[in-house]
Amino acid sequence: MGRYVIRRLLQFIPTVLGTMFLLHYMTSLAIQFSGNPVRALFGDRTPPPALLQAVTERLGYGDPCLEQKGNPCFGLFLDRVSGVFLHFDFGINMRRQEVTELVANAVPFTLKLLLIAIIFEAAVGIAAGVWAGLRGGSFADNLVKISTVFVISVPIFVLGVVVREFVGVKFGNVLRDQEWIPDVIAYGFFSPGFKPDYPFASLLIPGMVLGSVALATTARLTRTSIMENIRADFVRTARAKGLANKRVIGVHTLRNSLIPVITYLGVDIGSAMAGAVVTETIFNVPGIGRLVTAAARTGESPVIIGVVTMLVLVILLVNLLVDLLYAVLDPRIRYE
Amino acid sequence: MSDATSAGTAVGGAPGSGDGRAPGEKSRSGKERNASLWADARRQLVRDPVFMIAILYIFVVGTMAAFPKLWTSQDPRACDTDQSRLAPSWEHPFGFNIQGCDYYSHAIYGARPSMVIAIMATGGIVLFGGLMGLLAGYYGGWVDGIISRLMDIFFSLPFLLGAIVFLTLIKQQNVVTIALVLFLLSWPTIARIIRGSVISSKDLDYVQAARAVGAGNGRLMFRHILPNAIAPMLVYATIVLGSFVAAEATLTFLGIGLQPPAQSWGIMISAHDVYFLEDPWLLLFPCGLLIGTVLSFILMGDALRDALDPKFR
Repeated sequence: MGRYVIRRLLQFIPTVLGTMFLLHYMTSLAIQFSGNPVRALFGDRTPPPALLQAVTERLGYGDPCLEQKGNPCFGLFLDRVSGVFLHFDFGINMRRQEVTELVANAVPFTLKLLLIAIIFEAAVGIAAGVWAGLRGGSFADNLVKISTVFVISVPIFVLGVVVREFVGVKFGNVLRDQEWIPDVIAYGFFSPGFKPDYPFASLLIPGMVLGSVALATTARLTRTSIMENIRADFVRTARAKGLANKRVIGVHTLRNSLIPVITYLGVDIGSAMAGAVVTETIFNVPGIGRLVTAAARTGESPVIIGVVTMLVLVILLVNLLVDLLYAVLDPRIRYE
Repeated sequence: MSDATSAGTAVGGAPGSGDGRAPGEKSRSGKERNASLWADARRQLVRDPVFMIAILYIFVVGTMAAFPKLWTSQDPRACDTDQSRLAPSWEHPFGFNIQGCDYYSHAIYGARPSMVIAIMATGGIVLFGGLMGLLAGYYGGWVDGIISRLMDIFFSLPFLLGAIVFLTLIKQQNVVTIALVLFLLSWPTIARIIRGSVISSKDLDYVQAARAVGAGNGRLMFRHILPNAIAPMLVYATIVLGSFVAAEATLTFLGIGLQPPAQSWGIMISAHDVYFLEDPWLLLFPCGLLIGTVLSFILMGDALRDALDPKFR
């Protein structure tokens, strides 16, 4: 187990360095081909060359290799890597704010969004999957099967827009006209976008939208694995020795069936982070996704490289944890 | 997003829609023992109404993309602002958009970029990802090490986030660059599928026999090992076509995909999402076409998996 973890951790090094180099090369190419991003700070005024030079130097875009088209800028890359890993210095953005500070401000929103999404998809998805799996071939089974296919095929932005307009605007307006409904519900929960006054209530609907895509897959996985396990020998044994139905389903069937589901939920954190970009744009949440999108638009390479590297590290660690959890849940799996 | 979702179902298994008709299937395949996997699969697919409806829908969208003139004689760029957001009528079944252009012809012409991007990107991942997976699985050792680390790099980038960053940095958003970015971020999935299936079949007896007779590496790989991997690859490629159509629309909606003078379903949705409550048809038609296309590809993939996987027989 220990040796397996160490080997996996060592494999992270080339992956993270490779991702960083890829992003570094992309952002350098963007600067080499479309010019110094610092110029954007001055709008349509032409700055004096000395001033432009000084600001460029100070913001860290002064490396001469950024003017040679196609140069991979290995020196700058080494500086960045050593800055990140030796001094925990991720650089600054155009307004001279630390990237770590920007991330610290944005992370709580994305984390809340992810948490709501995961809880929602786990609770509803597993419930629907169990319901369908225990009655294979029945109306409930077909209902879950058909509705999950539909949910999978609706792109998340279509769902987001429709929910925002229908639930947030139309239904929300009806509620906001009623006097007796508390503000948390009318202005928080049913608001069409994120409201700083209700930092948790107004994230609930965006979180559910984010979770709904993976909800369908969770439900289908639970359904298949319940259907497999319900015919297994150990379930028949449990029934034969006279255990109550509740215990047979709840302990013997469900616990074994949840192994693939939990793995999937863990892996899904990565794709939910990407989906959060869309949800954050639609519902106007100031999270990580918005930060990266805005940075890509202005060409702030330290922000892009820093934030995406952190995300990649989180995803790699979560995947490793899921693999380890798999061995804990399923004693047949051993890592050497 | 849906890319990972479909990968989950493709790898993790089995929606199990075959259970219902499994007994009938068994008795039939018992009678026709000598049919090949593909002949069996074809017979099962032709009798599957879901598959036939899905393939018919894809055929319709495909003709829209290839020959838009077949479906409409109107020009989607002949616009008149007097007609902005007019409701659907007999001559103009989808009404008019915000700029007063005929919405039906816009929707017809909008099929082409989505389909072209999806087909180009899928072709790319099948060829390149397939080759990488084949090499990694067959040679193992340091070849596998390098290719696997390369796959890890692209695999650990969140799909949509990576696409947004790349497309914004490239600053040139057209059909080719979007297809290229989608290809770049999703080839590792197919490479993993092929790699797994190559590893599981490269030491089988018939491969050893072929090697003993003196078959070279190339012949072993392409004639004896690769055919085993075709079925899972085909299933995944069908599903991924659908998720690429969705991804193109998502990127366009976020403003980093195709840009407005072009016609595409994503542009139709993003230009009209604020009019949803007054004129819902402006959103319903493009969303319906988009969802229908994605759904058809996913259902086709599911049916293909059921037909090609002997476990469901």
